[in-house]
Amino acid sequence: MLHALSLWLFCLGLWLLLSGSFDNALLLSFGALSCVLVVFVAWRVETIDPEEQPPCPRFGPQLLWYWPWLLWRVVLANVNVVKRILDPKLPIDPTMIELKPSQRSDLGRVIYANSITLTPGTVTTSLSGDNLEVHALTREGADELLAGEMDRRVAGLERRIP
Amino acid sequence: MFAATACGILACMILAMARALMGPTVYDRIMAVNAFGTKTVLIIAVLGFMNGRPDFMDIALVYALINFIGTIAVLKFIRYGDMGWPRNVPDEPDDL
Amino acid sequence: MAGLIDGLSGLALLGGVFFVIVGGVGLLRMPDFYTRLHAASITDTLGAGLILLGLMLHGGWTLVSAKLLLILSFLWLTSPTATHALVRAALSDPENPRPLLSKDAPSSKS
Repeated sequence: MLHALSLWLFCLGLWLLLSGSFDNALLLSFGALSCVLVVFVAWRVETIDPEEQPPCPRFGPQLLWYWPWLLWRVVLANVNVVKRILDPKLPIDPTMIELKPSQRSDLGRVIYANSITLTPGTVTTSLSGDNLEVHALTREGADELLAGEMDRRVAGLERRIP
Repeated sequence: MFAATACGILACMILAMARALMGPTVYDRIMAVNAFGTKTVLIIAVLGFMNGRPDFMDIALVYALINFIGTIAVLKFIRYGDMGWPRNVPDEPDDL
Repeated sequence: MAGLIDGLSGLALLGGVFFVIVGGVGLLRMPDFYTRLHAASITDTLGAGLILLGLMLHGGWTLVSAKLLLILSFLWLTSPTATHALVRAALSDPENPRPLLSKDAPSSKS
């Protein structure tokens, strides 16, 4: 029930943001009704699980520090790949590696895999159980992942799980 | 400034279109069309600012949604051969 | 102050166009499908990010900028998902060529 209410509030906020109309009572009530409809449909397709808490509070404030770090990594990797593309010799060195992620929850592993794919130069090709395969454009990118700083940081995000 | 940005994005759209026409495998073509869609989102946003019509942002947002769903739908169609329930799953059932 | 913001916005737009075009060039230059994906992800991350950031600086604190931020966060969430779906589909297709790998990979699976 709490989850349904939070979903409704989220939908209402999104509706207000996208419509930009705050003074027309008829439109506002239509918006609130359509959000109720969305929550009903989500309940019908059983994405609202009453047993499960929404995942965000488990992650705590470290997430706010992880995003700027990830952004900085993405910028560095972009510059690296751009240099290689513009080099006339095209110095690439494609590599497939396997990683053992140390996150305990599925959500943590998905965050890790998505972060790897978001960084240019490395793409997660398969994520099954506790095994992760990565296609890297260069040896250096693969070695950086094998050193595992990103893995530690994502694992540090979920330290709050009891 | 906006005109120069729009011209740059258009040049890149031509490159992506060339890859979509050349691409040896079907996955190259899907990837090129996906990149083309991302650039379409960007050019709609830039054109909205260029013509002073901020309503274009809504169109860009919807285009971003449709681009993602279209890519996934085409991938699913290529893998399973139809858009309904996967009746004859080739190897891994919970894929895509 | 307004001139500074305009200059920053122009710089971000030009940088975004640079990254977008380099991504397009990489899409044509890379030798096989799996390496082309990396070039495409440049366009999706920093190219789109810088162009939308430039537009946001131009728009100021308005609803339009909030929508641009929404577009940006949506692109950054969906582009890894689409890339992962693409590479999964390409690898599970037996007729699709395998990725070209370099000879001295550290722990490559051949």
